[in-house]
Amino acid sequence: MAEIGRWNRILAAVLIGLALVAPFMLYPVFVMEALCFALFACAFNLLIGYVGLLSFGHAAFFGSAAYITAHTVKVWGLPPELGILAGAAAATFLGAGIGWLAIRRQGIYFAMITLALAQMVYFVALQARFTGGEDGIQAVPRGKLIGVVDLGDTLTMYYFVLAVFLIGFAVIVRTVHSPFGQVIKAIRENEPRAVSLGYDADRYKLLAFILSAGLSGLAGSLKSLVFQLASLTDVQWTMSGEVVLMTLVGGLGTILGPVVGAFFLTAMQHYLAQLGSWVTVVQGIIFVFCVLVFRRGIVGVIASYAADRLNPPAISPEAPAVTDKPAEAGTATAPGAP
Amino acid sequence: MLDWIHLTVPPAPAMFAQLLVGLINGAFYAMLSLGLAVIFGLLNIINFAHGAQYMLGAFCAWFLLNALGLGYWPALILAPIIVGAVGMAIERLLLRHIYGLDHLYGLLLTFGLALIIEGVFRQQFGSSGQPYAIPPELQGGRNLGFMFLPNYRAWVIVASAAVCLATWFTIERTRLGAYLRAATENPVLVQAFGINVPRMITLTYGAGVALAALAGVMAAPIYQVSPLMGSNIIITVFAVVVIGGMGSILGAIVGGFALGLVEGLTKVFYPEASSTVIFVVMALVLLVKPAGFFGRAR
Repeated sequence: MAEIGRWNRILAAVLIGLALVAPFMLYPVFVMEALCFALFACAFNLLIGYVGLLSFGHAAFFGSAAYITAHTVKVWGLPPELGILAGAAAATFLGAGIGWLAIRRQGIYFAMITLALAQMVYFVALQARFTGGEDGIQAVPRGKLIGVVDLGDTLTMYYFVLAVFLIGFAVIVRTVHSPFGQVIKAIRENEPRAVSLGYDADRYKLLAFILSAGLSGLAGSLKSLVFQLASLTDVQWTMSGEVVLMTLVGGLGTILGPVVGAFFLTAMQHYLAQLGSWVTVVQGIIFVFCVLVFRRGIVGVIASYAADRLNPPAISPEAPAVTDKPAEAGTATAPGAP
Repeated sequence: MLDWIHLTVPPAPAMFAQLLVGLINGAFYAMLSLGLAVIFGLLNIINFAHGAQYMLGAFCAWFLLNALGLGYWPALILAPIIVGAVGMAIERLLLRHIYGLDHLYGLLLTFGLALIIEGVFRQQFGSSGQPYAIPPELQGGRNLGFMFLPNYRAWVIVASAAVCLATWFTIERTRLGAYLRAATENPVLVQAFGINVPRMITLTYGAGVALAALAGVMAAPIYQVSPLMGSNIIITVFAVVVIGGMGSILGAIVGGFALGLVEGLTKVFYPEASSTVIFVVMALVLLVKPAGFFGRAR
């Protein structure tokens, strides 16, 4: 265990080091995009990976926050940090409303309800006057951070994005390893037992949902500043599907999985951009492939391999809890624990 | 205070016209949510590819017409058979492997399938629609005194209601339906009685997919045949299913038609909300009766 902890610290140091030099080796806008989606996927994974709730409507939080940030920064002239906070706050409130409705049902119903409610948000975004309809909100100024630091410079923007990502990521890691995180994992594994132990499962689920929605909103706000654009793509169901795919590819219920998945899929989209709709086809094929034979995801597979190497005893506490069992009707669980 | 809502009573013909549009939409909601309910009952899978299969049905009719010269009536029979066969192949090759897993994987797998099917067609045909003519027998319409009723739309309403009732009758009142319902409750026991449950599952999925394809053929002359027609409707159908209650065949049929009408009425009185009203109804139903109107809590 201690050895795993040390490896984790080394891994974290290496990754942060890589992130610091990345803009000099890769196209910075690409890395910024990937970081935004990575934060989005991590926030989504908080729900599917640790509470076992599959939300198919997370684009609603990502996209609405993008719109609010773009609008407040461009029209109201708010500085970027306040614009981002406004976007994340709006997504948090929206998450409270949608979560409050959706946690009444479980499993696939939860997925369908979140999808339907997100579609409602999409239609509102399509029709509301401030969102600019099909055009979206374009030419959003990046502005000056705290009135001093000019975010118009790509490199400055990159380190700002990285900082926000790391803060969001730290919040998620801290949540997962907190007593609160233990309770939501207990609810994922066996909700009736968690309830019988005196935990108000619905309250924990709702809190996790709101946190996930707020952090998704943070990612969306950041994205609207990076691309200086908030558009209908951000709120559409395809975006909800993409974040599911990123998390699935990287590994459901792993800390780093969503990050890996986000970089993988963003890179794929960049390389295949000229192929048009074939990107969608490739995404579909990856979906089918992951569900059929690769359910643990990239990080899930690596983690269980590493855990076997570091912990030779047959019973390895770090190995993913295999939940590939037939689920009881209505109790949805996601495979893999870190 | 509320003058921004513009609650004005429109002239009667316009209102009946919108109600007719609502009824037509409702017919498709009903057929699609019926197929979803049949599949879910036995396979415990929410078939996300249902919208894509509906689109396949419409394109199949279009191909039959443009490549083989086969018109609407043969397509009405052939397209569901062809798309249903594709569905059965999908069940055999892909879905069969995930029955032991969490239900969510079924949703994710069929979502992937929907992306593949739609992506291929969007690559070939773009986002624009292909026209499909109304069959000559059903062109024109009749004046009912209070409104003009196009013959084809009357046919769609009658035919879809008949298909829905026939499906309901098969499941609730025949021996085959009894096997099906028994297998839904306890597949192992039914298999012990000598019934080939895996084959029944394949055929059931094929039948559900065929229903979607049939709806697609019927929709082709009304809406255009477009690669996006499936994803536009499937999410609304999901909301219909949540409102009606997933376990219930009757809930799917009644819910589909009723919500189509609600949508049509909203278009009359407050058009801005017509695209969201079904989701609002869903939210209200969740507050009052979380299991849906006809569903059992589970």
